[in-house]
Amino acid sequence: MSNATEAVSSSGGAQKVSRINEVVIRIAGNSQDGIQAIGGFLARLAGRSEQEVMTFMTIPSTISGGPSIFQVRVGSGEVLTAGDDADVLLCFYQHSYEGHINSLKKKGIVLYDSDHVVPKEEWLSDYHHVGIPISSLTVEAIGGTAKDKGKNIYSLGLIARMFDLNVPKLEKLLGERFGGKDVSILNNALAAFHAGYANSPSNVVETFQITDSQKKDGHQVVMNGNEAIGYGLIAAGVRFGAGYPITPWTDIMELLRRELPKYGGSFIQCEDEIASVSMALGASYAGRVAVTGSSGPGISLKTEAIGWAVMAEMPLIVINVQRGGPSTGMPTNIEQSDLNIAINGGHGDAPRVVLAPANVEDCFYMAIEAVNIARKYNTPVFFLTDQGIATRIEAFTEPNLEKVCQDISPDLTPVASHKPYDLAAKDGVTPHVKPGTRILDGKYPIATGLEHDEYGHPSGSPKVHMLQNAKRRKKLQALGATLPLPKIYGPSEGNILLVGWGSTEGPIREAVDRFRAAGDSVSAIHLRHVNPLPNGLENIFSGFNHVFVVEMNDEGLYGIGQLGTILRARYADAKIQGINKTDGLTWKVKEIVELVKAKAGK
Amino acid sequence: MSQTLSEKPIVPAVVTETATGERKGLTKKEIAADHPTWCPGCGDFSVLALYFKLIEKRKLWHEKITTISGIGCSSRFPYFVQAHGAHFIHGRALPFASGVSLSRPDLHVFAFSGDGDAFSIGGNHFTHTARKNIKMTLVVMDNQVYGLTKKQTSPTSPLGFKSKTDIWGAVDYPINPAKQAISVGASFVARTSATNPNHVLAMMEAAMDHDGFSFVHCLSECVEFYDGAFDAANPRKGGVFNEVPKTHDVTDEFAAYKLASADFPGNFGVLYKVNKPTKNAREAEINASFQSKFTGQKDWQILQKTFDRMK
Repeated sequence: MSNATEAVSSSGGAQKVSRINEVVIRIAGNSQDGIQAIGGFLARLAGRSEQEVMTFMTIPSTISGGPSIFQVRVGSGEVLTAGDDADVLLCFYQHSYEGHINSLKKKGIVLYDSDHVVPKEEWLSDYHHVGIPISSLTVEAIGGTAKDKGKNIYSLGLIARMFDLNVPKLEKLLGERFGGKDVSILNNALAAFHAGYANSPSNVVETFQITDSQKKDGHQVVMNGNEAIGYGLIAAGVRFGAGYPITPWTDIMELLRRELPKYGGSFIQCEDEIASVSMALGASYAGRVAVTGSSGPGISLKTEAIGWAVMAEMPLIVINVQRGGPSTGMPTNIEQSDLNIAINGGHGDAPRVVLAPANVEDCFYMAIEAVNIARKYNTPVFFLTDQGIATRIEAFTEPNLEKVCQDISPDLTPVASHKPYDLAAKDGVTPHVKPGTRILDGKYPIATGLEHDEYGHPSGSPKVHMLQNAKRRKKLQALGATLPLPKIYGPSEGNILLVGWGSTEGPIREAVDRFRAAGDSVSAIHLRHVNPLPNGLENIFSGFNHVFVVEMNDEGLYGIGQLGTILRARYADAKIQGINKTDGLTWKVKEIVELVKAKAGK
Repeated sequence: MSQTLSEKPIVPAVVTETATGERKGLTKKEIAADHPTWCPGCGDFSVLALYFKLIEKRKLWHEKITTISGIGCSSRFPYFVQAHGAHFIHGRALPFASGVSLSRPDLHVFAFSGDGDAFSIGGNHFTHTARKNIKMTLVVMDNQVYGLTKKQTSPTSPLGFKSKTDIWGAVDYPINPAKQAISVGASFVARTSATNPNHVLAMMEAAMDHDGFSFVHCLSECVEFYDGAFDAANPRKGGVFNEVPKTHDVTDEFAAYKLASADFPGNFGVLYKVNKPTKNAREAEINASFQSKFTGQKDWQILQKTFDRMK
């Protein structure tokens, strides 16, 4: 709400109505309170109002319960991050109040459930406290014992009043969410919502109106990163997948299990991670380019089979929703520490493609790109997202589905002859001829993990091994040559260039904006194709005095992080430095700003 | 999957007569690929020869068979067969074969494995592929020893077997593959021995015709590292080849379990065979019920409906 513009007198007289460009609301409670639902409704409403929205959530890794937060930032201008600090903190318990008051801006509004929270004397002057007995008022509104189920919707009503949100649209959203067979559920939800909306505590001195968006480019869809990946894969024509449940990848497998049957496809829950990648490879071999995925330890388990996919030259999509590692690590926290395993995981020289979407919209379109790269080059493609982008909700322009959806059913037209590992193939790229295809010369291919001759039969020849290694490498080099250079955010020459990859694009750009507003010469690029890298990055680097690689992973033994090490190795440029952290949370803009200042010696 | 593929003509895996009148059944010469790298006298030669015979007899075509294996002596199998095939990683032939089976109902999927590959490193997959009843035929060539790595104890090595990893004799109780298969829900379980070619062929044929996960446990001697292991099952070496009694009810799980529990050499033949829906069929049913709601709609229109709810 830093952008509060004008104050207009409201018709009621007593309360002030301020027009604002954006607001950051943090909701803190326990994981079973349905606080994600409040955030989800706010995000969806913003999407339908052509506003930009971004959310951020944490969930406990406990089995049930535990503190949880959901932060949503809605704006009529460009929203790049979920916001460093909140304008409004809604807290249900004492622990949510005490644990999150620090994330509230000074003079921000703390809206608390006075049934559970006792305000602290020393904070009363710093924050505007509004206490409402949310739990008992919810029971009053909907009766019975349903207080735990309804207080989130009651609070949504409070927020709707405070920010003058569009009530008919919210009612419609509630209807879509709760309008099932049992009409009493929806009636309860609406009762709770209206009770909250009607509550106008005497100490609320100000309400707000978010200004209309300037963005008018058609309909928006609202979803999180995991959903965007799932639907992107469906649009890409993927009709088979296999997986094993692990947080935070599980949402994608649940979505595909539920959705694929509509399209004649199947997603199979397997007995373990190794079976999942193996089954996906079986389907890919059979002509249905398949997906598997995982997080953390599950990725480690899949690496042997991914090596086979490299060797046998089989298309495969591996979704890696990164979380904090190593080992079981921090299952519900954010980290970008799987870049090394994605690029190099496994034994032997096993080049594979690694893509990293920068935002939720990118998850959708890059899933399609990943499938097409896997099919064209017959290679496994790693798709690196993280816990942050997986659960982050964004609104983006609705894709033209008729245009982007593709049919990739196998072509079983007979061929005259086929060498699956033809060394004379241009750029080393050979087609995959699927089982079921008649080969007229009677010589059939074996897909194999042993080093092999051009037909796939075992060969221990040193020369063949060199040539086949080169073939597998050349394919990726050819792909690299087709990749576009990333656009430079800011001027193409200056003092500092920030380099990011994956989910950190938003905070990095916002940091650039802040620097430039203060007169500092800072630009940024964001890498979405991480392996192979596009050619020509050195020409971008040469325009800057410092190149700082901003990553959510440890600085490593040599102090430059995982992507930083790769860029150093490729460009041998000592001005490439790392800016790293592993606190399990998304980058705050001010953290990047401070670390850049320290590193640049300012 | 079958729903999508049904838009294209599916040629059944088993062709009893030529479709166009031109193609004849394959000859052994057309089916054989690389010369096997097995040691002279290895039982696996017999299994390979009978696989060729099965293909000839049932007039299977190259492109309709998929031969899949993991790692081990037995698992070199696909290289010796002139057909589509995959030599996958150690222990994981079954999930790979499941991926082929579940996505391509028009193919018959054969997996060949050994005792280490199927019951040790791949033990988990053996259990789950059987319980899910995924349609395919698994032939395990059991020599009760690790051959490719030159004589280490295998999960089926009998107590007291002297190997390089148990120089004093094996101390771990061996597993009984047929018993295990029955107990985890395999719908077809047979035992045979490579020394009885007619019997091997009969079992492979019955397995192929079974609609479900069919498991053939085939004793296959390693003459290099466990010479004479199966003499007790070979009448030519003074043993007895006990066939499953004619009176045995193959649908009786407890009777089958009891027969499978007999001391070595045990009983040969089909121990257990029941018809129950395959995972392939169940997944196709799920798909049919979903797709009936979207008749006549293109994929993008189905996705559009979902997106309309996300606005």
